[in-house]
Amino acid sequence: MNILKLLTAGSVDDGKSTLIGRLLYDSEAILIDQLEALQRSNRKNDDGTIDLAILTDGLKAEREQGITIDVAYKYFQTEKRKFIIADTPGHIQYTRNMVTGASNSNLAIILVDARKGVIEQTIRHTFLVSLLGLPQVVVAVNKMDMVDFDEKVFDTIVADYKKLAAKVGLENVAYIPVSALKGDNIVFESKRTPWYKGSSLLAHLETVEIPVDTQSEHARFPVQWIIRPQTDELHDYRGYAGRVSSGSFRVNDKVTVLPSGFSSTISQIELYDQEPALATAGMSVTLHLADEIDISRGDILVSAENTPHVSKQIETDLCWMDTRALDTTQTYFLQHNSRITRCRIQEILYKFNINTLEKAYDEDFKLNDIGRIIIKTADALAFDFYQDNNANGGAILIDARTNVTVGALMFRANAE
Amino acid sequence: MDYLDELEAEAIYILREVAGQFEKPALLFSGGKDSITIVHLALKAFRPGKFPFPLVHIDTGHNFEETITYRDEMIARIGEKLIVGHVQDDIDAGNAIEQKGKNASRNQLQTVTLLNTIAKHKFDACIGGARRDEEKARAKERIFSVRDEFGQWDPKRQRPELWNLYNGKIHTGENVRVFPISNWTELDVWNYIRRENIPLPTIYFAHEREVITRGGQYMAASPFLNLDEDDLIERKNVRFRTVGDMTCTAAVESNAHHIDDIINEISASRVSERGARMDDKVSEAAMEDRKKGGYF
Repeated sequence: MNILKLLTAGSVDDGKSTLIGRLLYDSEAILIDQLEALQRSNRKNDDGTIDLAILTDGLKAEREQGITIDVAYKYFQTEKRKFIIADTPGHIQYTRNMVTGASNSNLAIILVDARKGVIEQTIRHTFLVSLLGLPQVVVAVNKMDMVDFDEKVFDTIVADYKKLAAKVGLENVAYIPVSALKGDNIVFESKRTPWYKGSSLLAHLETVEIPVDTQSEHARFPVQWIIRPQTDELHDYRGYAGRVSSGSFRVNDKVTVLPSGFSSTISQIELYDQEPALATAGMSVTLHLADEIDISRGDILVSAENTPHVSKQIETDLCWMDTRALDTTQTYFLQHNSRITRCRIQEILYKFNINTLEKAYDEDFKLNDIGRIIIKTADALAFDFYQDNNANGGAILIDARTNVTVGALMFRANAE
Repeated sequence: MDYLDELEAEAIYILREVAGQFEKPALLFSGGKDSITIVHLALKAFRPGKFPFPLVHIDTGHNFEETITYRDEMIARIGEKLIVGHVQDDIDAGNAIEQKGKNASRNQLQTVTLLNTIAKHKFDACIGGARRDEEKARAKERIFSVRDEFGQWDPKRQRPELWNLYNGKIHTGENVRVFPISNWTELDVWNYIRRENIPLPTIYFAHEREVITRGGQYMAASPFLNLDEDDLIERKNVRFRTVGDMTCTAAVESNAHHIDDIINEISASRVSERGARMDDKVSEAAMEDRKKGGYF
């Protein structure tokens, strides 16, 4: 059994929280005491049934305002798969939450209200999904009960969305007509959509392929920690602890240490009391090298045959996440893998108008703005382009005054 | 990767980030299965080296004896450092006042001792065993969760957490709570404990014990519980699903003597484990309020 991490995106009233609540409820992932708490609370639908949206509205402020204001994670499993759902708000000012949720997901469910069709927020959510490079998308056309389960309505929305998907380069898109409120095609196949031949949402989520990085040529291992017991019996022990971020490493593989550029060979792979011959993407292990090289946290071990770019000047997409606007006179911290270095914004190339997908050229980078910039870093970074290898192409910006995470970076080109 | 391998690898990664990013981290150890699991994960993250942090136990003085026995045996086995913060010391010093009445508990007083222990040892990161599936407020918690110098959590000022990049930068006086098993469910923890053969305190397994019924739940009869004439002491076969202060941890009737029985019981049960914690029953927002006040 493996894990599918998914994200739900939709506008304020598209019924995202209801959709998640329905998935949990119909797949019997809601526990009795949680159900009792639900029944104790006073929120009911018009017909007197429980408002399933409360299941994901975790915080007081949200319960008072009735909107989700932050990313909430929900867990459930079926016999086939485990699921981690990032419920992200659809409200216009919370783009940053969706980017956050998307960075940790393999699949996005984009909700479209059957009565409204593809609207500005759909474009925005689709753009963000493509920006973050999510491999799988489901378009759930919700509230089909409000349009009498009309096939034509569904077909029109699918046709409109296909044009949008082509524009932003999304490939793996599935379309499902649903009613989260009534439960149609969520867990159970609906009898009210006889014209729909596909599977229910849950059946799709259980079987959709999750691409894995293990086959990637980009073998990358950021070093997090050096294990040096320095005891009598382990006097010469020196292990490099970290997690393979993409590709795989075998004993005897030739590796290069970046940014220093030294080369060596993997002599041993350790996983506590085991010694696997192979470490693949996602595995936390300890590596040993045949040669004594000066390596510290922040360095990265890579395949000697496929090395990343090493540069101090990078063209990158930026999603700004702070209420205080980007200040090009300031120095920021940049965190990439286990390395933190100082950086400056060299140039703002353009911004994206994420409602129209056109380029814009105003200078201000405010909360939720997304655009293309060139950064200059104090230390050289060993990186891949995000579009080639997500795992080694993303970074965050940290405000050196407040220590708050203020930006997400997706490296796109070497600007040196 | 199998899901347990994936969850394990993520937790080890997070523990190593704590080691790499902080000057004085600590591992909060309650004696419960979640913190026991984290100790096991720390062995995997750092052996054959030593842990780069001590274990810290906030002791309410109202412990299950079995928990303390387990704790001391475990420390002897792994050879790591243990620091104990006593709630009794804060009561004696007047920093905390014992609750009165029938449902009196030292659970809330733990926050005072925890914050004092953090301040005394200048810990900048505290690793805890909280999981997002436990409760709605926890579902929004970050893996690195920044607390101000009063230990407060501000749900509206949480840092965005992108990819697997955890921002541990803080100002002096602030500290970070780190939750390596955020993405695990109760069942995942049990399945992992079974797979890894991790020993547990005996109170997790069915045993006969004197209990009284409070609010529809069984509480262990102990000198710490304020009894009145309505309370009836009975002997029942019970086990505990969480390990906390004796005055607020309820037992469930059970015949689960082996971990397989427990996993079957949980898979069939539709009561969440926090359902057996009296301290969450106060109001729908109980957990959120306590987190804001510096509780885990």
